[in-house]
Amino acid sequence: MKYEDIIHRCFRCGYCKFTGDYSDFNCPSYRKFSFETYAPGGRMWLIHAWLNDEIKNSDRFQEILFSCATCANCVEHCVFTFSDDLVNIFIAAKEEMVNKGIIPPEVRDYLKSINISGNPYKEPADERGKWADGTAIQTYDGQDYLLYIGCVGSYDERAKKIARAVGNILIKAGLSIGILGNREQCDGNEVRALGETGLFQHLAEQNIALFKELGVKKIITLDPHSFNSFKKDYPDLGGEFEIYHYTQILAPLIQAKKMPLKEYKARVTFHDPCYLGRHNEEYDAPRKILKAIPAIELIEMDQNRENAFCCGGGGGNFFTDILGGGEDSPSRIRVGQSLDTGARIIAVACPQCAKMLDDAIKVEELEDKLEVLDIAEIVTRALA
Amino acid sequence: MSNVILSLAEIVGENYVSSGEEELYFYARDPGLMPAHKPDWVVVPKTAEEVQKIVRLAKKEKIPLVPMGAGMALTGLIIPLKGGIVVDMKRMNKILEVNEKARYVIVEGGTSHGSLKAYLEKNYPRLRHSIPDSPATATIAANMMIHGQGRLTQQYGFNSDMVTGLEVVLPSGEICKIGSCSISPEWFSKGAPLPDLSGLFLGWFGATGIITKVALRLYPRKKMRDVEIFVTDKEDLVPDIIYELTHTEMAEDIVIFSQPLPLIFKDNHHITIFITGDTDEELEFKRKMLWDALDGFIKSKDGGFMWVQPAMKPILLEMPQRSVSRFADVKKGGGFEYSGPIILVERYPECTRKIVELSSKYDLGYSGMARIIGRGHCMMFGFAFTFNRADPDMMERVRKALHEVSNYALTAGGVFWKPTVDEQRMAIERMDPNTRNLLKMIKKNVDPNGIMNPGNWEVN
Ligand SMILES: Cc1cc2nc3c(=O)[nH]c(=O)nc-3n(C[C@H](O)[C@H](O)[C@H](O)COP(=O)(O)OP(=O)(O)OC[C@H]3O[C@@H](n4cnc5c(N)ncnc54)[C@H](O)[C@@H]3O)c2cc1C
Ligand code: SF4
Ligand code: SF4
Repeated sequence: MKYEDIIHRCFRCGYCKFTGDYSDFNCPSYRKFSFETYAPGGRMWLIHAWLNDEIKNSDRFQEILFSCATCANCVEHCVFTFSDDLVNIFIAAKEEMVNKGIIPPEVRDYLKSINISGNPYKEPADERGKWADGTAIQTYDGQDYLLYIGCVGSYDERAKKIARAVGNILIKAGLSIGILGNREQCDGNEVRALGETGLFQHLAEQNIALFKELGVKKIITLDPHSFNSFKKDYPDLGGEFEIYHYTQILAPLIQAKKMPLKEYKARVTFHDPCYLGRHNEEYDAPRKILKAIPAIELIEMDQNRENAFCCGGGGGNFFTDILGGGEDSPSRIRVGQSLDTGARIIAVACPQCAKMLDDAIKVEELEDKLEVLDIAEIVTRALA
Repeated sequence: MSNVILSLAEIVGENYVSSGEEELYFYARDPGLMPAHKPDWVVVPKTAEEVQKIVRLAKKEKIPLVPMGAGMALTGLIIPLKGGIVVDMKRMNKILEVNEKARYVIVEGGTSHGSLKAYLEKNYPRLRHSIPDSPATATIAANMMIHGQGRLTQQYGFNSDMVTGLEVVLPSGEICKIGSCSISPEWFSKGAPLPDLSGLFLGWFGATGIITKVALRLYPRKKMRDVEIFVTDKEDLVPDIIYELTHTEMAEDIVIFSQPLPLIFKDNHHITIFITGDTDEELEFKRKMLWDALDGFIKSKDGGFMWVQPAMKPILLEMPQRSVSRFADVKKGGGFEYSGPIILVERYPECTRKIVELSSKYDLGYSGMARIIGRGHCMMFGFAFTFNRADPDMMERVRKALHEVSNYALTAGGVFWKPTVDEQRMAIERMDPNTRNLLKMIKKNVDPNGIMNPGNWEVN
């Protein structure tokens, strides 16, 4: 297995479980399951044991590995020099399991759907661009930017609203954008996180070929997961493009008052998406937008920026739900942390986070106290 | 026995009990060098009542019970030597009460040092506790259980001396309060003026009960901290230097480190002196007192204060010092273990020569780290050896070196700190026979079924 020479180096010291100030445990799977085995150190020791044949690939071992949300809190806080590789190690172990064909059924089904339909919802490709119907958003045809939406924004009802908000704002801002519509397919970020490296490579190569064929140079993504893949993994496969998350495009425009915004009086807290924040160190763009909206009061959660607590949707858990469910599910904990700030709105910059937190608010019956809105939706309200 | 898992699930909920191979593997070992032994079940309770029910079940079924914090003692104290149930306490992590004016805090039995530090910094910025340099996950109750030492130990003694009350689930299943809290709603004293029953639990490694609440003293947190390092290459002078430093009563904490790498550190003894103050004047006054105290050593060219590089300061000043954990990866192998006898400061020269001798004999990377306890009343001298987990031969050499340390420590008049079961046996053998009988009598009466962390503090 890749990284085999590192795995035994984990000391089990547990720094990786915490926020930087040690105020709370911040590994979502550890918070949910409470056994050391579901913490980063536990995973390291178990992977080592598995490679040495001291434990078998059981259902529980699979749950342990596939409940990792790839949130990178451990990467941020492990005190050893190999910290940067922690998530990669967990992915490499999943890759081994995928290669051996012993993985949880939910993961298998997810991968199969992507392989067959190009999306996890088993929806036909010609439904993919429907979210843009009735908007002024055009199909890509040499515009300055390709707006890449991703599977969730393309098919999930809640997320489609966010996709429309983002597309409309970018057009209103005068940007020249186009979408792939029915020609778009999965970016592969979760496929890679779930260890299906072959399928990931295949998806990435197809995407890169299509982008090149269309002459794409600059890409704006709706979803931080796509942003991550395009920015970090595609270049190794020959896909060198200028990549932006939509908040990075909007922030300077709004700050420069290129889009006049009205007062929008609201107490807002911001939930950092792991793939924008810890994975790509973009903490400021979304905050700049929120701070530029007149009358918005931005109240930070204790666990913010590098210490943000993951909503539990990363690493494919959004689709497989291995980490979801129960009082200690990360999304419910995160909603509790948001509520503690006194904010009425949880601002997000990721359609997966939006859906995870929306669902948690419903389960917690907090609909009259909290609302989840994507930054683009908040901007839309301030534009109205 | 197959009903045990069902009974445990009834107590804690099915998600918080496991007999899965993965948990049995992980909870069979700690990061140190003691041989693994699997538990039969692992539970993660949330309340004292759940712990109570678990203990009652164990008593009824005569199943061993091993409480566990973060498992960072490194000497195998959480390894279930006779199987049974490992009780991972870390879900019981609430900070229950702070009495600001009486300067004490009450926490649950699995609360970590890290979270208490963060809580106090946020909510009571004028208060602090004696934080050890163990990883931030290390639990307060366990640290008291093993008579740990922290940043305030030079001023106020062992961390366990700072305990002001306990709530313990006895092996009988009763919940018992120890100290002023047994009579009063206040948790200000663990004993005095009553008979001090805390000694029935502290230092016993869970062999007489499971702590579900612990109260401990908090101390003034000054606005500023700084660090000075006095370096000498004459180990024989270290006890005198410590005597002078502790006489000033100006230091927050005094630790001494000596290590062969990087080479600029070799053969030197770095007496690291932490100071605190609310104003620049206070800090400068303390600094001056400390410098003046060592003036003679400076004049005779036996040592001097080194310039602490700005980049090094935050590393030294952070609490806990994460760099201590990093020692585990010196050999790119994720392991270290130390034997840390509590011993007189006058033994420092011998201890330091011993660690150099052993590291050369067994070809090991080492770090000698001493923390002064009280005003030079004694010290913990850590004989720490790093090892590569992928190198069984190196691990065996560390075991051998540590075994020699154990023998040496006893002959040098030291007492084992957080001893392995082998060291406990050695200590029991050497103990005054009447003390040994008292120990035996207490254990037999408090835990007649011998279910609490069996193997530890057993007098046969
Ligand atoms: C890098 C490093 C640095 C360290 N530095 C220091 C230091 O500066 N000072 C210091 O004191 N120590 C230090 N240690 C040693 C140790 O980590 C600490 O003492 C730590 O506080 C132990 O806590 P734990 O939760 O890890 O204990 P564990 O190892 O989990 O438990 C220790 C013992 O307590 C028992 N126990 C645990 N919880 C309970 C409970 N609730 N009721 C009854 N019994 C219980 C266990 O059964 C076991 O016998 C260091 C260790 C490392 C690895
Ligand atoms: S992953 Fe790093 S921080 Fe976490 S337990 Fe292992 S060594 Fe410690
Ligand atoms: S990536 Fe996140 S969920 Fe996975 S082990 Fe690290 S902290 Fe836990």
